[in-house]
Amino acid sequence: MTGATWGLVTAAFLASFVEFVEALTIVVAMGATRGWRSALAGTAAALLALVGCTAVAGFALVAWLPETALQVVIGTLLLIFGLQWLRKAILRSAGIKAMHDEAEEYDAATKAARGAGVKSRLGIDTFAFVVAFKGVFLEGAEVVFIVITFGLSAENMPAAIAGAAAGGVLVIGLGALVHRPLTSIPENVLKYGVGLLLTSFGTFWAVEGLGVFFGDREGLRWPGSDLAVLVLLAAWFGLSRVLIRTLPLLRRPRASEFRPAREVV
Amino acid sequence: MKSFVTGFGRFWYDFIIGDDWKIAVAVISALALTVGGLVLGLLGTTGATVFGGITLLVAFAVSMIIDVRRTPAASTPSAPADQR
Repeated sequence: MTGATWGLVTAAFLASFVEFVEALTIVVAMGATRGWRSALAGTAAALLALVGCTAVAGFALVAWLPETALQVVIGTLLLIFGLQWLRKAILRSAGIKAMHDEAEEYDAATKAARGAGVKSRLGIDTFAFVVAFKGVFLEGAEVVFIVITFGLSAENMPAAIAGAAAGGVLVIGLGALVHRPLTSIPENVLKYGVGLLLTSFGTFWAVEGLGVFFGDREGLRWPGSDLAVLVLLAAWFGLSRVLIRTLPLLRRPRASEFRPAREVV
Repeated sequence: MKSFVTGFGRFWYDFIIGDDWKIAVAVISALALTVGGLVLGLLGTTGATVFGGITLLVAFAVSMIIDVRRTPAASTPSAPADQR
């Protein structure tokens, strides 16, 4: 495997791993409080829906969009997506936003599950089914999105799928083993890393794809070709470190922190 | 039907734009500036990639600064719903 393929597999694996950890928390919370049958039924239904959506979206993207248009569209989406992750990672590292805590998420989900009324259809608890379905579908859709964008842009869909599948299998295996949310996973660090990867690849593809707006519709060429991704990764990492250090200094102080200047007589 | 369309639109807005619309605006603005530079002949194709990359970095930094300047210190830690 080339370095680019390893990068692709790693990015898909990490992104999938983080998303599956979040989905697992929701499913385990529903299973433990409302019953495993309903939680797993919701999970299975969400996975089926995801497979259907992926097939339709993948076919539509490949069949209808020229390569450079595909690059600019998915590069831009990947960039927005990656920057959202990076933004949260920066705010968390700078102490401006609370750290994501899987244990807290689990407690909130179980509390909501215990407080919800009982309503069942065909022997399935509607609340557990819907919550598990929604959680798995939303987190899974992010994985699908990353796999499609990485796979199509790098023209190596099998590698992207393999990376994501490995992440999913690992989380499901660990979840089945411990039967509780994976709270000891350094999720914030992983999200920071994945945010940097998504952002760097997104920048590369989105800018390269801008060639679609011009005569020959050829993609623009980065100096250094594919190696430019490494430079972009270093640049985004450097900027994130600068922002982590400087953003806390730029915050607007609380109203109570304003002290009137003492008048000099 | 109206609620379905609203829900569908809301889902995709949350999924793509997320909880900070300024990021999307920063990305689109930086890419639009790069296209503008190319259209006006101010940038060559290779120069445009470098310009595009730098503009994206700057636009993101600006959006983060605006974000933080608008958020008073009292608002931390953020609400659990915003922890994803």
